[in-house]
Amino acid sequence: MSTEPAFDAGAPWQLHPSVAVRAERFGALLYHFGTRRLSFLKDRRLLDVVEHLACHPSALDACRAAGVQPPEQAAFTVALARLAEGDMLVPGGPR
Amino acid sequence: MTLAPAAAIAPVRRSGSQRAPGGGLIEHFERGLDAPICLTWELTYACNLACVHCLSSSGRRDPRELTTAEARAVIDELQAMGVFYVNIGGGEPTVRGDFWELVDYATDHRVGVKFSTNGSRITLAVARRLAASDYVDVQLSLDGATAEVNDAVRGPGSYAVVLRAMENLATAGFAGFKLSVVVTRHNVTQLDQLEALADHHGAQLRLTRLRPSGRGAAVWGELHVLPSQQRALYDWLVARGEQVLTGDSFFHLAGYGASLPGLDLCGAGRVVCLIDPVGDVYACPFAIHPQFLAGNVRDPGGFAGVWRTSELFTDLRRPQSSGACASCGHFGGCRGGCMAAKFFTGLPLDGPDPECVLGHGAAALAALDPGAEIPTPAADHSRRERHRAAGATRVPVAFGAPARARGRAHRPVSACDESPLAGLAPPDEPEWARALTPPDRPGSSVAPS
Repeated sequence: MSTEPAFDAGAPWQLHPSVAVRAERFGALLYHFGTRRLSFLKDRRLLDVVEHLACHPSALDACRAAGVQPPEQAAFTVALARLAEGDMLVPGGPR
Repeated sequence: MTLAPAAAIAPVRRSGSQRAPGGGLIEHFERGLDAPICLTWELTYACNLACVHCLSSSGRRDPRELTTAEARAVIDELQAMGVFYVNIGGGEPTVRGDFWELVDYATDHRVGVKFSTNGSRITLAVARRLAASDYVDVQLSLDGATAEVNDAVRGPGSYAVVLRAMENLATAGFAGFKLSVVVTRHNVTQLDQLEALADHHGAQLRLTRLRPSGRGAAVWGELHVLPSQQRALYDWLVARGEQVLTGDSFFHLAGYGASLPGLDLCGAGRVVCLIDPVGDVYACPFAIHPQFLAGNVRDPGGFAGVWRTSELFTDLRRPQSSGACASCGHFGGCRGGCMAAKFFTGLPLDGPDPECVLGHGAAALAALDPGAEIPTPAADHSRRERHRAAGATRVPVAFGAPARARGRAHRPVSACDESPLAGLAPPDEPEWARALTPPDRPGSSVAPS
């Protein structure tokens, strides 16, 4: 619906510190206390990616570690870009 | 349901009558989650106003209301369940002596708070304190862009009080607080003005649907948006998209076409619920009636036990019969509308919403047996003395029928019986400051600063 946001999957990212995550059978719920927005993750691997972003040097590495296959990567990148657009993810680095 | 602000959930929506394939998010929500996403928690039935449409029939404090310790225990449970935030309301929640203590306790435990207030206690000092927290959001209730329209519903002087509260929040730098409007046939023509009022104060407009719940049952017939106004309301909401919050309360309008932003299903007992001041857990804030009572947080299993195992909530999470609406091509959009709106107008729960955009609800209302009993909202905490006094001086449209409101609800009148706004306007009542002092807390003055 909007233009493709600038999201570099090769860069390090992390969850915004004001975001709470709740795992659900369908995936997960994310709630941002700052923007007061709710998002839904519809894939448990995406939850895995999001929760471990900060442990990896790039979003792509986090996806690989979560078992995302190359043909699926584009869809995961779009999902991550949307989360970054909503401030759920912020630029970060491995700790 | 009241899931707002749920702005980032576009993938959840279906458009028109299309249904997502099995296993979609909607289906997950219909089957219920292990914990609510958010819930409404009314902290007290005490209120310093007496709005004619109050969904919880508030006024007097209930002696059985949860103690501070009990309220803290509820917050502990919410944290353990992963509930992101609570919509705190009442009554007027800020009249509770431990209100700020409970807000702090919740936010310290990462349970966010959005509280609804009539603004009477939002002084500049309070506004500054609120502006400092990420975890607290404020929702000011206002039901008209002019004092004339607002005060007819919320009481004399209430418009001025909200405006002062908005100014205080704006001065304190609280960006994005909510200006919350229950849409009636009298303010639906003021949506642009209401939006401008919110914009001017750096607030976000929130519009919700008038339900025939609580005292609202007695005035719904005279206040609900007219059938002729519904399309313009829908178009206005569609044009605003996510700029205007709706508490996801207008999904009954989805029959006009595209879904509105948000969750277009009834979340009652599935993803939301209500905890009332005495700890009773209801399926939704608009359904305070024994039929929708699931349990009490004081029960042995606590709130989690009620949420997870109550018979009522288990029932609500089963596939629901779509009854008379099953063959309608728009069912995928409106899902049959609002359970509470149907219940308190005497319509069957598996029938059309009373405000069905195709007119099926109006037809069903007209076909009701005039002698049939309509469920009466329970737990009336209206201040009776005040109502009697008001009834003596006001045109008896809004407040004027307390006996009727407490007894059998009257049937919503048809469009041609409607009272004009003039009939709702109360005469001047200059001592609004006194009216804003909660009767059960005589020491707590809220005189304007």
